Amino acid sequence: MTGLRLYGRYAAVSLRSQLQYRASVVMQSIGAFMVTVVEFLGMWALFDRFGQVRGWTLPEVALFYGMISISWSLCDALGRGFEVFGTMVKAGDFDRVLVRPRSTVLQLLGVELTLRRIGRFTQGVLVLGYAIASLDVDLSVPRALLVLAAIIGSICVFLGLLVLQATTAFWTTETLEVWHAFTYGGVTMSQYPLSIYRSWFRDLFTYIIPLGCVNYLPGLAILGHPDPLGTPVIVQWLAPLAGPVFLVLALQVWKIGVRHYRSTGS
Amino acid sequence: MMLRPYRAILSARFRMLLQYRAAAIAGVWTQIFFGLALIMIYEAFYASTTVADQPMTMVQIASYVWLGQALLAMMPWGADSEIRAMVRSGAVAYELCRPVDLYGLWFARGVAQRTAPTVLRAVPMTIFAVWALPLLGLPEWRLEPPTAAAGVGFACTLVGALVLACAMTTLINISLLWTISGEGIVMISTTLASFFSGMIVPLPLFPEWAQTVLGWLPFAGIADLPFRVYNGDIPLADLGLVLARQLGWTLVLVVLGRRLLARGMRHLVVQGG
Repeated sequence: MTGLRLYGRYAAVSLRSQLQYRASVVMQSIGAFMVTVVEFLGMWALFDRFGQVRGWTLPEVALFYGMISISWSLCDALGRGFEVFGTMVKAGDFDRVLVRPRSTVLQLLGVELTLRRIGRFTQGVLVLGYAIASLDVDLSVPRALLVLAAIIGSICVFLGLLVLQATTAFWTTETLEVWHAFTYGGVTMSQYPLSIYRSWFRDLFTYIIPLGCVNYLPGLAILGHPDPLGTPVIVQWLAPLAGPVFLVLALQVWKIGVRHYRSTGS
Repeated sequence: MMLRPYRAILSARFRMLLQYRAAAIAGVWTQIFFGLALIMIYEAFYASTTVADQPMTMVQIASYVWLGQALLAMMPWGADSEIRAMVRSGAVAYELCRPVDLYGLWFARGVAQRTAPTVLRAVPMTIFAVWALPLLGLPEWRLEPPTAAAGVGFACTLVGALVLACAMTTLINISLLWTISGEGIVMISTTLASFFSGMIVPLPLFPEWAQTVLGWLPFAGIADLPFRVYNGDIPLADLGLVLARQLGWTLVLVVLGRRLLARGMRHLVVQGG
């Protein structure tokens, strides 16, 4: 059985088990939708008062917001296994993963495909739709593909962060919440164009955690907006590649972690 | 004498919740990060406007943001997991056997639920925001210490905010008697509390036409009003009005909570044996 087919099975099992609690899934999805909707309402209020933020209008900012919201909701749905990895290490359940003749990463991705993330996903799609409709950008095929590339690139960066977060559990036997600053914090940060922040903050999110490369830079090319920081257009088109690169690097660190693993024996 | 059992349950729960120190440290780091990002966002908006006369200055906004991050755990988010487990397992029946007022007991649990994590987080957050930020070369972003009078006013309204937040928490916990999982209520209360308390965007920055409604809703009392007493946006002359709003809403929510709890207990069906 190939990896993809096996993942399909994992996902199907996970979805079926979640649908046993249908009302609960619906409730949580609606809840997540509402929370993110009021969050966007807050952004609207700021634009209503101030008009623009360092030259950016609400529909332009909504493009960055929509793309990052979609990416994070998808990554959050896929990466559940890495998020709860600490409890797995504590209980010694990772031993079972290791003895199966399949990659650890595939098995952890298969832990759950979290259905309730559809709440935030829907909100992200609506915000992105609002941005595209009110901006009247020329959404040619290459640009539409760039939207897709930006979303996939962002999923890779977020997934990489979740892998690194899980990796720390090999040493601490706990999934450290300190990574939330970069995952949840990264989502909040990416909802606005990177150029509004101070330079040390921009550098952190360009060269170390490349969320700026997978959201801000392609966003500029999609909007046809010149970069206030002066990045050439060709770089904006190629920048989403930073996502897969970051994920591959994170997976190398994960491999080192797996080699260091000592079972808790419980 | 009469308060002794409540004090006992409060201090027992408080000490238990203080055990979650590692989570608190991680939380502080995350909240510092959020605080910095939020201040940068407001800074960008403030730098972009030609209208100089905004409801609060950037220094006041910075204080507002840091107080919000420091007191995040005091917000009425989430239900008491032990009460949820009790309702599920049926052990909630034992609560009825206790020779104390049940609402008082659950309110005391609520106070512990809101204060213990807040104390753990607020102290290091305050140290960072008041003293560490200037050392990092960011004095303009610090949590400005209040004037003596505003400090006293803040202390009073903080107590008001705490009892109000606890009344809301207790109401959420009581709702578990009906919903068992409580997800819907928790989600709705989280949404309302985060939006209308000013935790998402400071309430004075909302449009003028919304201000009256926002001010009279109960949620302003748990964050926005005390924060603005602290940073001087609400003059001390209005302290009485702020406290009246907080205590008035607390009273309403306590009465409502008592009624619902009494009714919930009457129709309670304990599952299993």
